[in-house]
Amino acid sequence: MRRFDYYQPKSLEEASALMADLGSEASIIAGGTDLLVEIKEELRKPRHVVDIKKIPGLRDYSYDAETGLRFGALVTARDLEIWAPVIEHYPNLRTAVAALGSIQVRNRATVVGNVCRASPSADTIPPLIADGASLSVYNRGDERQIPIEDLFTGPGRTVLVPGDIVTGISVPPSRPQSGRAYIKHGRRKAMELATVGVAVSLERDGDTCTEIRIALGAVAPTPIRARNAEALLRGRAIDPAAFTAIADAAMAESTPISNVRASAAYRRDMVGVLTRRAIGQAMGGV
Amino acid sequence: MTRIVTMTVNGQEHELPSPANRTLLDVLRSEGGLTGTKKGCDVGDCGACTIIMDGKPVNACLVLAVEAEGADILTIEGLQHAPDRPHLLQEKFMEHGGAQCGFCTPGIVMMAKALLDETPAPSEDEIRFALAGNICRCTGYTKIIEAVQSAAEELNKARAQ
Repeated sequence: MRRFDYYQPKSLEEASALMADLGSEASIIAGGTDLLVEIKEELRKPRHVVDIKKIPGLRDYSYDAETGLRFGALVTARDLEIWAPVIEHYPNLRTAVAALGSIQVRNRATVVGNVCRASPSADTIPPLIADGASLSVYNRGDERQIPIEDLFTGPGRTVLVPGDIVTGISVPPSRPQSGRAYIKHGRRKAMELATVGVAVSLERDGDTCTEIRIALGAVAPTPIRARNAEALLRGRAIDPAAFTAIADAAMAESTPISNVRASAAYRRDMVGVLTRRAIGQAMGGV
Repeated sequence: MTRIVTMTVNGQEHELPSPANRTLLDVLRSEGGLTGTKKGCDVGDCGACTIIMDGKPVNACLVLAVEAEGADILTIEGLQHAPDRPHLLQEKFMEHGGAQCGFCTPGIVMMAKALLDETPAPSEDEIRFALAGNICRCTGYTKIIEAVQSAAEELNKARAQ
């Protein structure tokens, strides 16, 4: 592995000042399951690695029916996978974290790290976008919130600037008569990157769909919302006859590439199939 | 810059020198002389380097040695009760032929131990789910699963008595 300097700041203030000083040649390490692979494979060549694991308070996670789910930057995928409130109230996020790498990886990998890595195929991002989750960001004394759907500017790129330390993620509470689903599509059940990922979160009032968010992974340079597809269902009666049109709209909003895992045409087809299926699953949870 | 990393390995405190860019896997194997933990893919795909760190199974290739400061580490060498007394899981792997070339075996045994610590009576699906990150290219996994099931049964029998 290439050489780098290693820092262990003890506070957010110290970490933020350090990252601002070190600039673009510094990388944050939390779980390290992506960063260390990227350093070994020379995909990333940081001169400085800033370990945020000595900063207190970032390992906390909590759930409240009024305020929803909140977890810190050091909470691992495995922490959430085996935690009853996530299993009960956020089955979409549960599916995503349980499908990320292996248990060994999930015991180190943080969900915030999976989001900040900004991979178009990251499993945790579609369900978090569909649920309207946001990041809490600290930068030299200032704190701000960024909706996760506004975070990404391209593969591996985000709106975050030097000095930003993401401290955690907040996910709104589930309302009565709401349902959520995430479907990961791959060639095998485990140790797989998503070929396509589809998340649907919806709310209804009787037969009417009052709100719906559809998020697609691995079919565009960043995870995206399928807004045209959503508009075909929002405020309308839930009619399975309309699902084909909704699926077609989601396919039209996808701009997938062909790579070693699948062709663009196959990915687009799967967006249609999985969007329909995910809406069905989310309805089942209502 | 080389640091001295203090950690507990198999119940004994060790002070191991490591520069920041060295993995816990390399330091355990080279500086620690504990070569039971294997280096397969070195990128977290194969599970051959599985160790138990602070009670949780992790890939030692994806941990920097400096991140293990103060950690409690269990490797395959710490599993057996005495030089000639293998751990129950090791006995069961031998009995069931759960190893062929043996390279993946230490990682699989460590992962199986972590599983049984948490889930004493796992179903076959639970065993397969837990071992998803351990790649064996020889066996086809059937005998590995049988070995883990057999160890679980015996552990539970012993507990019931």
